[in-house]
Amino acid sequence: MKQMTGAQLIVRLLERQGVRTIAGIPGGAILPLYDALSGSDVIRHVLARHEQGAGFMAQGMARVSGRPEVCFASSGPGATNLVTAIADAMLDSIPMVAITGQVPLPMIGTDAFQEVDIYGITVPITKHNFLVRSATELLEVIPEAFRLAMSGRPGPVLVDVPKDVQNQLIEIETLPEPAEPDPAPVLDLAAIERAAEMINAAERPVLYLGGGVIHSGASQQAVTLAEQASLPTTMTLMGLGALPLDHPLSIGMLGMHAARYTNFVLEEADLLICVGARFDDRAIGKAAQFCPNANIIHIDVDPSELHKIKTAHVAINGDVAKVLDALLPQVKVKLRDAWLAQVDGLRNRYPMEMPARDDPRSHYGLIHAVASALDDEAIITTDVGQHQMWVAQAYPFRRPRQWLTSGGLGTMGFGMPAAVGAALAAPERTVVCFSGDGSLLMNIQELATLAEEGLNVKIVLMNNNSLGLVYQQQNLFYGKRVFASKYRGAPNFLRIAEGFGIAAVDLDAAANPAETLAQALSAPGPCLIHASIDREQFVFPMVPPGAANTEMIGG
Amino acid sequence: MIEQVAEPLEQAGITKVVLELDVNNHPGVMSHICNLFARRAFNVEGILCMPTPNTDRSRIWLLVFEDRRLEQMILQLEKLVDVLAVRRHGAEHEVFVRLEQFFH
Ligand SMILES: Cc1ncc(C[n+]2csc(CCOP(=O)(O)OP(=O)(O)O)c2C)c(N)n1
Repeated sequence: MKQMTGAQLIVRLLERQGVRTIAGIPGGAILPLYDALSGSDVIRHVLARHEQGAGFMAQGMARVSGRPEVCFASSGPGATNLVTAIADAMLDSIPMVAITGQVPLPMIGTDAFQEVDIYGITVPITKHNFLVRSATELLEVIPEAFRLAMSGRPGPVLVDVPKDVQNQLIEIETLPEPAEPDPAPVLDLAAIERAAEMINAAERPVLYLGGGVIHSGASQQAVTLAEQASLPTTMTLMGLGALPLDHPLSIGMLGMHAARYTNFVLEEADLLICVGARFDDRAIGKAAQFCPNANIIHIDVDPSELHKIKTAHVAINGDVAKVLDALLPQVKVKLRDAWLAQVDGLRNRYPMEMPARDDPRSHYGLIHAVASALDDEAIITTDVGQHQMWVAQAYPFRRPRQWLTSGGLGTMGFGMPAAVGAALAAPERTVVCFSGDGSLLMNIQELATLAEEGLNVKIVLMNNNSLGLVYQQQNLFYGKRVFASKYRGAPNFLRIAEGFGIAAVDLDAAANPAETLAQALSAPGPCLIHASIDREQFVFPMVPPGAANTEMIGG
Repeated sequence: MIEQVAEPLEQAGITKVVLELDVNNHPGVMSHICNLFARRAFNVEGILCMPTPNTDRSRIWLLVFEDRRLEQMILQLEKLVDVLAVRRHGAEHEVFVRLEQFFH
């Protein structure tokens, strides 16, 4: 029998769950938990400078480790500052446990100082959430939060803990076992057999891989399936890295900013095998006109994704790695010479155009130069905007979890704190964050955290002194009425970085930018690498809003 | 970023459907369920909730109009952690009919 406080119990349970790093910011309502955390020998706390930064650090760790990671915030403004990072985790299915302090139970509902109903606020943006009413409940709630975050389709869980519950003393006989993910859904063998028959009978099949392949660790199976059945393979923004981009069967990313040939190949398909993807509007364009001639096999761990946007001919609910394992022995080896030749023909006729790819002062050239200076061990994060799409188009992703980006929510400010989280989870790797000047300013304060931790994070700032993607839309779709998208001031990012104690290099001033870049990337520790980008460069090709994927403009 | 251009929402059908939910009886369950319908822009015509005697469960009855999205709504309901089972009945189910006398 052991006596401890609710706060000490939380820390014990987190330790037993394998949590080793927590990002957060303390405040009145969570001080008992911080006091307990200060006594932990195994958990390291990383002090963020804004709770959104802490949330994205936890996400960065989780996107690299694949396990639920934790962030802490106090009640009221601390908790509301986490909201964007939680919503982002929800839309990209990232396992995360957010723990917030709350005013004491008797004060809930009295509009107490820093009282906010974070439980109510996070109902629509979490897989599940808890308001804990006694220290005893923690014995169930904490493991349950981890179980939910990592079972099936992963996602964020919030646990709101009133201050008096943190202070409450309880007697504990035995601690609960750390949570394990639920067993995967039972395999639907009949559906898997039908899927294999359809793949074997198809003449022009295409494999369509999403983030679910990354989450379930199914890349190897996906590559084997592609090779065994000679399937041209496209990936969503979240699925990049599932198949190496330079694999002969890769046809690159699909959708709004795909290469033309990719969308044309999909148009020709007679069978679409969708694995761990969800027919998102940015990926498929006008749903009714997407893959008009194809039967659909849809494999997903979340049953509510099946038939949601497109009715599948065979829908298989299951963990995609397990389903593919069962499917593979039934899929015949095929060469599909004619179909692959047709794909090659389209690729040659409508390739991905990357003008000035060899000039590191251009956008594609800069991305290319970064890729040339790194190996596949590096982790790449981005913010949101043109730079994000250019990196998605141009960077040769070759392994799962190499690429971290805010896909579903598209949150500016994601990139740098997520890179900090990635570096915390994988300190031996180089982490590169491609950012825009708009996005970087959204969480610039985390440079202080980065400097303090001295992590190996390089920020490649593609500075067009504007909200480039907005500027692009206004030019293309709003009669060139450019409004609120060009900055009039121009902060000196080099001095900002230096002010935070972070090394900075300016590629604009470099005689040999590729060499300066390579040096900056290979020096240990944080660095900001600044490069001006021509504001008139747009992301092409582009599927205009509401159009079918084959109606691309530009490129 | 760019405005979404989608097909206009279908008018809700006129056929009524009664949903019967078994749920855990603890605070917050109703807010999860009501929030789900609200955020997916699916109208709930009637709602009724009572604890089931001698258990830690409650039963919730929902009256909704049938439309193309109802299947998706049921799948989403089934994903809620505190929803244990969802059963679907036709409009002839008497639970709301018998209540009508209290709504005059
Ligand atoms: C938090 C947030 N606010 C607004 C937007 C809308 N938005 C999308 S891209 C963009 C511009 C991004 O500018 P920048 O980071 O400089 O990148 P660029 O497009 O110039 O590469 C904006 C405002 C967003 N995605 N996220």
